[in-house]
Amino acid sequence: MNAPAYNFAYLDEQTKRMIRRAILKAIAIPGYQVPFASREMPMPYGWGTGGVQVTAAILGPQDVLKVIDQGSDDTTNAISIRKFFGKTAGVATTTSTTDATVIQTRHRIPEAPLHAGQVLVYQVPIPEPLRFLEPRETETRRMHALGEYGLMHVKLYEDIARFGHIATSYAYPVKVNARYVMDPSPTPKFDNPKMDNCPALQLFGAGREKRIYAIPPHTDVVSLDFEDHPFTRYRFDAPCALCGAGDSYLDEIVTDDKGSRMFVCSDTDYCESRQLAGHRGSESAPPHKERAHG
Amino acid sequence: MAEPQDPMQDDQPLLVAEHLGKNYGRLTACRDVSFALYPGEVLAVVGESGSGKSTLLQLLSAQLAPSAGRVSYRMRDGVLRDLARLGEAERRFLFRTDWGYVHQDAAQGLRMAVSAGANVGERLMAVGWNHYGRIRDAASSWLERVEIDTARIDDAPRTYSGGMRQRLQIARNLVTEPRLVFMDEPTGGLDVSVQARLLDLMRNLVSELGLAAIVVTHDLAVARLLSHRVMVMKGGRVIETGLTDQVLDDPREPYTQLLVSSILPA
Ligand SMILES: Nc1ncnc2c1ncn2[C@@H]1O[C@H](COP(=O)(O)OP(=O)(O)OP(=O)(O)O)[C@@H](O)[C@H]1O
Ligand SMILES: [Mg+2]
Repeated sequence: MNAPAYNFAYLDEQTKRMIRRAILKAIAIPGYQVPFASREMPMPYGWGTGGVQVTAAILGPQDVLKVIDQGSDDTTNAISIRKFFGKTAGVATTTSTTDATVIQTRHRIPEAPLHAGQVLVYQVPIPEPLRFLEPRETETRRMHALGEYGLMHVKLYEDIARFGHIATSYAYPVKVNARYVMDPSPTPKFDNPKMDNCPALQLFGAGREKRIYAIPPHTDVVSLDFEDHPFTRYRFDAPCALCGAGDSYLDEIVTDDKGSRMFVCSDTDYCESRQLAGHRGSESAPPHKERAHG
Repeated sequence: MAEPQDPMQDDQPLLVAEHLGKNYGRLTACRDVSFALYPGEVLAVVGESGSGKSTLLQLLSAQLAPSAGRVSYRMRDGVLRDLARLGEAERRFLFRTDWGYVHQDAAQGLRMAVSAGANVGERLMAVGWNHYGRIRDAASSWLERVEIDTARIDDAPRTYSGGMRQRLQIARNLVTEPRLVFMDEPTGGLDVSVQARLLDLMRNLVSELGLAAIVVTHDLAVARLLSHRVMVMKGGRVIETGLTDQVLDDPREPYTQLLVSSILPA
């Protein structure tokens, strides 16, 4: 008999119970950062150990796992985490957004709409949205407790004063369930509207900072802004060069040493599914001007 | 045209201290201090180093819990409330709306890394202002009022001189039109000419806005220029109090006489 030396999904049951309790509390208080006793994982912190622990705690044998990194299923990080759970939990893995029951992500929300029953697990480096202006943890906790969020607007004010518009384009702060201000992890602000009223459960794990937070299904998530500088989504103003999509978040890829560029979907599953369905792009697009989308 | 009726009656005190005391272990930093401050009144607290001035100011502004006694404040609705009984949210709200606090060290009162405009606008954003243009206009008009070139609105206070930083602190505090401002050695550490300009500005603002203020200083010239009333502290006690001119021109207590004749080190 070849029993593995570790428990199902690597973590012992005691630890998983502790993490599940933190997750349940996080779901009960949408957007609130719940402290948890983060464990060492057999990978460096930069690899998203917070997300990995959350995934380990919620995974069951019937789950189908997808792991993305910057939208891609094929980076070293994504492949390693997928293999890790394939090996320690024996769960099925997939690259299909629609087929997955659990999706662990770094830096993106998939383009294909999520559905009820799915769980999206974010890897979070810095969970505290107020940290930038208020380094004292005791003070930021008090601000959350009392709902004192003027400081968030100070940050947006600084953006406009300096750049003429709200230049924050990643980790763009949101207010969850009209109560807690939350850092959505370094996803592009293009993805922010996908968090709002999402049918899937969204869980956020920060390993180094030992925090878990959540957005339950169908919760209001509002991006902060000013009346005269409203939140805008942003994507390069171009179709994907591979699949022709005009609605997806694009990565800019330099194709030769003469500086030729092309724009392709950052979500590889979305792009490949479209190509399989017969959609085509220009394959190499001329450089396009950047433009904000309302 | 009829003057709008002020809901606050000026014969009612704005802040009342009753038998205030603070001990640090066996050391009594502040003992049995009682007084009432009226709307629009400026009170100077003077005394030598270690006499308990800053401790008293922190007690009065509810930043420090007293070992004895209490402080009450008349809220905007006219009700006198015991500060110790306010909830934390209420106390913090008071602190960033109806009160101002000017620190000797500007770095404690400002966000040194964010622009002057955001420093002034922060309180407005904290009370829900959500229009960038209007916040910026308010910030800019306050910079003018404290004589800071509005061209510097996007510069961080790190790049400001000491006198400018103090003026920025004042603008940041006054933007919500508080009724009471606490100041701890607001001119400390500044050159004499810079001090004079700052004092002049503070005096004008205080009288234009009808502000009440409690100013801690060991510089009697500051007390003379700004305050209506003076409290002299020694060893944590108030040993003499009265109208500023009376106390400074005709001190009764031997200690005050020494202080006034500059025999004691300031
Ligand atoms: N946190 C503290 N712990 C212990 N003792 C303190 C504390 N704060 C102040 N004291 C003591 O209380 C006394 C009064 O101090 P306080 O700072 O109020 O004086 P001050 O009049 O403001 O002096 P200065 O003019 O030097 O600022 C001093 O003896 C001081 O050492
Ligand atoms: Mg002092």
